[in-house]
Order: sequence, then C-alpha cells, then structure tokens
Amino acid sequence: MAIFAALALAPLVGFGAGHSLSLLARAMILGLGALGLNLLVGGAGLISLGHAASFGIGAYALVMLDAAGQTDAGVVFPVAVLAAALFALLTGAVAIRTAGVNFIMITLAFGQMAFFTAASLSAYGGDDGYTLYGRTRLFGTRLLENRWFFHYLLLALLVLAWVVGRRLLASRFGRVLRAARENPLRVQAIGFSPTPYRLLAYTLAGALGGLAGALLANATEFVAPSFIAWQRSGDLLFMVILGGLGELHGAILGALAFVLLEEYLAELTPHWRLIFGPLLVLVALYLKGGLLGLVQRRG
Amino acid sequence: MSTQLLLIQSLNGLQFGVLLFLVAAGLTLVFGVMDFINLAHGVQYMLGAYLGASLAAATGSFWLALVLALPATLLAGLALEWLVFRHLYGRDHLAQVLATFGVILSLNQLVRMVWGSAPLQMPTPALLEGSIPLMPGLNYPLYRAAILVAGLATAGLLWLVVERTRLGALVRAGATNAPMVAALGVDIHRLFMLVFGCGAMLAGFAGVMAAPILSVDPGMGDTVLILAFVVIVIGGIGSVRGAFIAALLVGLIETLGRSLMPDVMRLVLAPSPARQTGAALASMLVYVAMAGILAWRPRGLFPVRAG
Repeated sequence: MAIFAALALAPLVGFGAGHSLSLLARAMILGLGALGLNLLVGGAGLISLGHAASFGIGAYALVMLDAAGQTDAGVVFPVAVLAAALFALLTGAVAIRTAGVNFIMITLAFGQMAFFTAASLSAYGGDDGYTLYGRTRLFGTRLLENRWFFHYLLLALLVLAWVVGRRLLASRFGRVLRAARENPLRVQAIGFSPTPYRLLAYTLAGALGGLAGALLANATEFVAPSFIAWQRSGDLLFMVILGGLGELHGAILGALAFVLLEEYLAELTPHWRLIFGPLLVLVALYLKGGLLGLVQRRG
Repeated sequence: MSTQLLLIQSLNGLQFGVLLFLVAAGLTLVFGVMDFINLAHGVQYMLGAYLGASLAAATGSFWLALVLALPATLLAGLALEWLVFRHLYGRDHLAQVLATFGVILSLNQLVRMVWGSAPLQMPTPALLEGSIPLMPGLNYPLYRAAILVAGLATAGLLWLVVERTRLGALVRAGATNAPMVAALGVDIHRLFMLVFGCGAMLAGFAGVMAAPILSVDPGMGDTVLILAFVVIVIGGIGSVRGAFIAALLVGLIETLGRSLMPDVMRLVLAPSPARQTGAALASMLVYVAMAGILAWRPRGLFPVRAG
C-alpha cells in the first residue's frame, strides 16, 4: 500500500528530524485509534462519539502502572489494552441496546464520564495531567526512546492492525456486521442476533483505542484528561470520514491528513480552528467517500 | 449535612435543571421534528451568555441586555440554520454530527477571538440582589430563585403552546411522523424554522440567565450541551414533557451528587480519599443514572415516535 510505503520511507528521505518524526508518530497513533473506530463506523454502522475514552483508559492504565513503578512493556501494554476493552465491553453492553442517535449520545455520555473521572483523579495530576519520566521499557531496555525504533514499531503495529482488521471484515463476523448495518431485521430473520457481533466490534475498537492511548502516552510522555475530551472523539470521527468510510486504510489516510493539516494551519495562525471548523463542515457536506473516494474517482 | 443545606442544594439542583430544560427543549424538538442532531445547540447558550454579558456591560442594564440578547440569539440561530443546517436535513446522522461539530469548533474559536479566553463576569441585576428568607435563619439568593421562577414560567408557557395550540399540535404531529404532516399540506420547512428559531432563543435565554451565576467562558456551551443530550435521551427524544422531568432529575442528581457524595463516602473511607472518590463518583452519577434508565427503557422515559 502506498500509504505504508510512504510512512516506511519518510524518515529516510529527509523527514528524519525530531519534529517531523514525532508528527508522524502522532499521525500513526491516531491512525491506529481511527482504524478501530472505522471498524465500528464503517463496518458496523455504529457512530461512536466517545472513542477517545478508550484512548484515555489506555493512557491512564499506563499512568497508574507508572506511579506504581511498573514500566515494563510486557505488562503495561496488555493491561492498557485489556482495561480499555473491558471498559468498552461494559459500556457497550448498555450502548448497543440503543440505536441511531441514542447510540451517539450514550457513547458521548460515557466518554464524558471517563473524562470527568480522569479529571478528578488528583493522585494522578487531576486536571493538570501527569508527566512520565521516561517511556515504557521493552525487555528492560529503553528502546522505545529511540525515535527510529518507535517510528517503525508504530508502523508495524499499524500494518498488523490493518491486516487483522481486513481479515475480520472479510470473515463471517464482518459479513454479519455489515448485514446488520444494512438491515438488522433480515439478519435476525435468518437467525443471527446482531447484538453480540456489535458488542464484539465495540470491544475490539476499544482495545485498539487502548493500545493507541498507551502509545500516545509514550509518544508525548505526558497524560492529561484532555486525551479523553469529547473534542478528541469528534476529531477521530472526522479522521475516519476525511479518509473515507469504505476502506480500513481510509482512517490512516484521514489521520495523516488531519495531523498535517492541523500542524500547517496552527503555524499559519493561532486562530486555526476558525479555518478548520468550516473545512470540517465542507467535508461533511460535500466530500462523500472521503479522500480515498477522491483518489479513486481520479484513477 | 444538615437539612437546611440539603434544602438549599435541592433548590440549586432544580434551578440548574430548569436551565438545562431550556436548552434541552429546543434540542429535543428540533430532533423530534426534523430528525436532525444538532451538536451546535450549546453554542446558542454560550452566545446568549456572551451577548448578555457584553451588552450588560455596554448598556449598564441587565434588563436591556436580556431584551437585546434574545432577538440576537434568535437571529444567530436562523443564520446558522440558513448557512449550514438546512443542507443537512436529508443527510445521515454521521454527516450531521460532523458538520455541527465543525460549527462548534469555529464558533468557540470566534468567541475566543472576540472576547478572549478569560471568563467574563456579569453582575446580577440590582432588582434581584439580596436573598429571600425561606425559613428562620435560612436565606436563598433572590436571583437564583428568580431563575427558577422564570424557568418554570417558560416551561409552563411552552407546555401551553405545545399542548394547547394549533401550532403545538403541528409540532407534536411533526415529532411523531414528519412525512405524514408534510403530506397533509403543512409547510414542514417553515414549521421547522420556527421550532429551530424558538429553540435557539430558549437556549440563548438560558445563557443570559446563567451568566451572572456561572463563569462565561468559551467551553461553557459544550458542558451544557452534553448534559442536555443526557436529558433528552433520558426523557425520550422529541418529548417536551420528558425533557422537563429529565432536566429536573439531572439537575438534582448533578447538584446533590456533588455536595452529598463526599459525605456519603466519608462513612466508609478516610476523609481525604473520601473527598476524591466522592468527587469522582459524583461526576459519574448522571451518566450512571442514564445508563440505568436506558437499560430499563432503551427509548427513554416518554418515547414519542411510534415504531
């Protein structure tokens, strides 16, 4: 895939400086989270406006382990992923019962719940956030602090998530999900209950979000409740749409475009959101199929 | 926790609930009639507060500011409808969420540009300063009482219009089955603009009234918006009666939870962790209540739409 190739080559062809590498790292991490969300929105047709909560759970799991002196990757990442998956499973069990707009709002509400909880955790910095003194250790080494290693680790994870996600969507599980999106009644009529499938998709998206959250905490070496703010959930949804709903890698493209656009506009003016907001409106109104759709129509 | 404090906090909760209702009423009707999810509704509340605060500072009169801010928020709402929202009616919820999210980003930033990031203060009107004695030794601020009364009066008026007039019948019919109403020869778009404008104005009204007791800052709309969403989900989308009951419920849970939870936790924990877990639990309480109600009734307390 062209995106993966570009990401693999980017550090070699002049984007190897610290700033551009951390920008790319941010894009890939958000891309990982957006990929999970795309599984949910594009695959199952469930619009979650609380996806940032799973980022937050992953990041705060890392913070809590860090405060307890545990920084080994073999512990930190599985715990972060499982915690986010568990949160998604519990909240999903309630949220999946509803449909349409109620689902959007209930996921938003659960996201806010996580946000306020994080903000009230004064042992972990509360509103001010928590600074990590070093990244997670991989087998006792500080390998994650090597920018190049981190870059290729992220890329590998991204490719892995993409491959697994594609296989999932192509499997029976994915077909039931898509069928339930198009016509839940018929799916029930032929003997499938959409609920467990949707719940599984929701939990998987949460687990990916948890992984992305723990990685983001590593990339910034700082965790704050703003990780979970509902604007972040909106941003993630925007990445998915911007890239294109139809394909999983659309989310990665969307995240990349989002991060670069944000960076470019923020350099241009401190009031960059004033440009960004209307742009978002225009994308929502006119760019059907996202950037991928645009590319495919050309080609 | 004394009975007196409990009484005061309950009144505060009701007063907050009434404000929430004013925001949620527009939201639930707009969604009910047009199947349009408007994340940017909280912006109206914020605009109301900012316009109220700066008009009060400019004119020196709270009442003049209130009278001027209402049509201003109405116009702002209609302008947004014309510019953005009307292109979204036939679209799926995803596009609506995204576009209105973009509107929030733009307007929050615009407010920051015009008024700065620092919170504004708005003085309470002289007429409503001071407090009223509820019982011997217990006073309640007059302004908060006035909000409660004004909110209840507005809710009553809204109920009269929705339940007892021809217009209200159309709105209710639209919330139940909009295509049928259109097929019967009602100009549903004009009906919708009316509902939308009124909803925007109600939220603006809530914003002006809240300005003297809350801080006026660029994020204020978002907080209220999310609680208003909780309200309309609990109440049942499209139902004004449901929104009213749910708003009072949410206002009470939110306010009482914040003041009671740390004390409740103190029964089982040491004071310092009790304060922490209490605060954390209090902020979760509303959402837990919502989850509980939805687990019991997935379509809210007073579902409107059939099928």
